[in-house]
Amino acid sequence: MSYSDKVIDHYNNPRNMGSFDKNDPSVGTGIVGAPECGDVMKLQIKVSDGIIEDARFKTFGCGSAIASSSLATEWLKGKTVDEARQIKNTDIVAELSLPPVKIHCSVLAEDAIKSAIEDYKRKSGAA
Amino acid sequence: MLKLPIFMDNHSTTAVDPRVLEAMLPYFCQQYGNAASRNHIFGWEAEKAVDRARGQIAQLIHCDPKEIVFTSGATESDNLALKGVAEMYRDKGNHVITVATEHKAILDTAKRLEKAGMVVTYLGVDTMGRIDLDALQAAISDRTILISVMMANNEIGVIQPIAEIGKIAKARGVIFHCDATQGVGKIPVDVQAMGIDLMSFSAHKIYGPKGVGALYVRRKNPRVRVAPIVDGGGHERGMRSGTLNVPAIVGFGVACEICEKEMPTESARLSALRDRLKGQIFEALDEVYLNGHPTERLPHNLNISVAYVEGESLLMGLNDVALSSGSACTTATLEPSYVLRSLGVGSDLAHSSLRFGLGRFNTKEEVDYVARRLIEVVLRLREMSPLYEMAKEGVDLKNVQWAVH
Repeated sequence: MSYSDKVIDHYNNPRNMGSFDKNDPSVGTGIVGAPECGDVMKLQIKVSDGIIEDARFKTFGCGSAIASSSLATEWLKGKTVDEARQIKNTDIVAELSLPPVKIHCSVLAEDAIKSAIEDYKRKSGAA
Repeated sequence: MLKLPIFMDNHSTTAVDPRVLEAMLPYFCQQYGNAASRNHIFGWEAEKAVDRARGQIAQLIHCDPKEIVFTSGATESDNLALKGVAEMYRDKGNHVITVATEHKAILDTAKRLEKAGMVVTYLGVDTMGRIDLDALQAAISDRTILISVMMANNEIGVIQPIAEIGKIAKARGVIFHCDATQGVGKIPVDVQAMGIDLMSFSAHKIYGPKGVGALYVRRKNPRVRVAPIVDGGGHERGMRSGTLNVPAIVGFGVACEICEKEMPTESARLSALRDRLKGQIFEALDEVYLNGHPTERLPHNLNISVAYVEGESLLMGLNDVALSSGSACTTATLEPSYVLRSLGVGSDLAHSSLRFGLGRFNTKEEVDYVARRLIEVVLRLREMSPLYEMAKEGVDLKNVQWAVH
């Protein structure tokens, strides 16, 4: 299988790879997937005044999973939490030209975003 | 000088040896006769060339040249052996014994036989990938007509105790088929000493051309017969009709002759390269695991799992090296290697597996380059891996509640 140029670029130059302190109250962490399924994504957002000012990811998975999470962190930065919730896996599929067998990578990235937002909301006490 | 990309996937196929190609060339445009043409020089020449190849092949596996049936490859040979025996011996029984880690050419054929009413036993393997001979003994009944066990596994290179299986089969009066696609030409094969009745193998795994293989069919003690699956002009003693692929067969023969001559030096060289590769990787990286047997193993095979890093992303990083992975990230089912799973390797480590297949044309420089590149890529991907981070923090990944999707 050949990869799109954008997937290769994210794989070779991952954006925002790394971790925040998960105990920081302004940080929301989402960990989705399972090692036995071959992919685990950790996505973190750092929120200030309702705006996602920074994001980080770490991913165990194929190139498309890495690219999906890397792209997600790019898109998250500068968005409000509510705007971030609107990111759809289909947007990621389109941007990265993912083939059908890799759509689950984009689904995982969307799940990771939602999970990170939930974690943040839970910690900040907001509904 | 290192030439990129490097091919280190010699279990999938091999380059045609230039000596093989040279021997084949006259049979395309000059001596292009049909080996079944009995009344002119073109046919006679083609037949002579085929007979020479039959002799070269027979010598490599220690059989009579008449016992070689040419096919399109090992998949067809496997089909012919299983379906041919099932049909020919159906009055004798309806039970076949094979192994969970066989190639799909065996497993899918066995599934088809099951649909047609046959009963198939799939033996399990131990953590090294070998079958239990007592379990084999116990599985044989008076309805058993065939035991089919591969010589060496295509993923982990583990070598089965073939001679012992042959003895058991003989003692119980059951035909023994061996898929020796990965073994022939790489390790010594003797169908007499090993008690093999039917054996599949192909040319393209041993530096010959694609599209040609053979089924060894024992003629004496016992005389084994298989019903054909391809009907036609009655070629190959009626077991496989169709005009013989003369140039490819000529190449197959020469490929076998070279393997026989060079096997002692080649296998020593390849196992030294393999051990060098393994040594460099295991020295530089923690939590790398060998899959398969430490010693009962093809000399050119290395299969490892690199914990916390997914196999397909590893291959993506090693974009100038041709390797394969047990990660099934590209398949529709997303199931990792069934061979590794049969050994009891966890799905996570199966997803993290890499198969190296060294070959005749690989060099020490290539091995050093591949080891260096692999180590670089693993370090980079582990930096990116949430699992590695968790493991380093002391989290036991086995106790994490994962959202299995």
